[in-house]
Amino acid sequence: MNVTATLFGQMLTFAILVWFIKAVLWEPMLKMLDERRKRIADGLAAAESGHREKQTAEDRAKEIIQDAKGQAAEIIGNAQTRAGEIVEGAKDDARKESERLLAASKAQMDQEVNQAKDGLRKQVVALAIEGAEKVLMHEVNAAEHNKALEKLAARL
Amino acid sequence: MSASNAPATADSVAYIQHHLTNWCIGCDPITHQPRNMIDFNAFFVDAFLWSVGLAALFAFFAWRLGRSLRIENPSGFQNLIEGIVEFVNQQVKDIFPNAPPIVGPLGLTVFVWIFMMNAMDLVPVDLLPKIASLFGDHVLGMDPHHVYFKVVPTTNLDVTFGLSLVVFGMVLWYSIKNKGPIGYPKQLLTHPFGVWGAPANLLLNGVEELAKPISLSLRLFGNMFAGELLFTLIALLPWWAQWPLGGGWAIYHILVVLLQAFIFMLLTIVYLALASQESH
Repeated sequence: MNVTATLFGQMLTFAILVWFIKAVLWEPMLKMLDERRKRIADGLAAAESGHREKQTAEDRAKEIIQDAKGQAAEIIGNAQTRAGEIVEGAKDDARKESERLLAASKAQMDQEVNQAKDGLRKQVVALAIEGAEKVLMHEVNAAEHNKALEKLAARL
Repeated sequence: MSASNAPATADSVAYIQHHLTNWCIGCDPITHQPRNMIDFNAFFVDAFLWSVGLAALFAFFAWRLGRSLRIENPSGFQNLIEGIVEFVNQQVKDIFPNAPPIVGPLGLTVFVWIFMMNAMDLVPVDLLPKIASLFGDHVLGMDPHHVYFKVVPTTNLDVTFGLSLVVFGMVLWYSIKNKGPIGYPKQLLTHPFGVWGAPANLLLNGVEELAKPISLSLRLFGNMFAGELLFTLIALLPWWAQWPLGGGWAIYHILVVLLQAFIFMLLTIVYLALASQESH
């Protein structure tokens, strides 16, 4: 329990140790801790803003989906209307076409009937002329005449 | 003397005395003690070697950690030291706002170094002296009874005063720096009784200032010396009584070891904070 020269060695050791610890451990570590604190704060801020961005993105996505649904419904409605129109138009066309075809065939038939009638008329005329020639050449025999005319009429 | 077994009562005093004697250069060759209360010709080699060795150990680990600090994914050792550094830094911030940048490292060094030196008390009390005496006997050819080896540096007044006088020097430095080379002596002379009570003021303030380093070092010394003494007393008991008593005291002593280091650090910061306050 004495005070000796060891005291000076102790004081020197202590002073050097404090200086050394300050330089190699204390200052680098506090700097590192500050940096870490800052990094954590930045990370939290980034997470916060990311969260907010996600929220707005979700809202926007909902809006877009809503719009898309509306548009799709509109498009389907339009398409249905248009399909109805097309079907109606097709029916109309078909009816018109059938009417047209009917009219055409009728016209053709009429024409053919007329042609036949014409042909018959020409034959009748030819026959009448033939009959008249026969009547003129074979003297007019009333009985025979009648007979020929009757034959002629029968052929009409 | 059979140090590890329970010696006869007559040997007990010699055993304890042997334990409490330092390895000394320049001491009286017969008593192995310094010749005077204050004897600057004597040098305690064991206390110096252990304290410097532990300081070097601390410095080495601090240096190695300081080089490889990681912001992300810190190692377990880094976590431990970060915890201690932040703890000390918090104490400094609480007690001494706007402290000079040396106060934090000073507190950390005081805390860790004193803790390491105190913790030497928990090494079995005969182990290192026994190794030293065997070494002295067989390697150096010394008389093993004359190999003195105290392993707890803080049971030595030089070590504790070495710490407290550095703190006291800093207290004086910051007092003069903050109150001025005239203001500080003036405060010592004129507070608290005014100019006409100068001698009483000086006495009062002088005692108050000097009590700081003395109480710092004697508190630490007394606690650790008593702890060490109790360990040597327990070592004198029969072997079956040594285990429970030594174990119990060692567990309690962990608290003392830590608490004394903490108190020294805390008072160091408090004294420096007081020195930097404006005079009231």
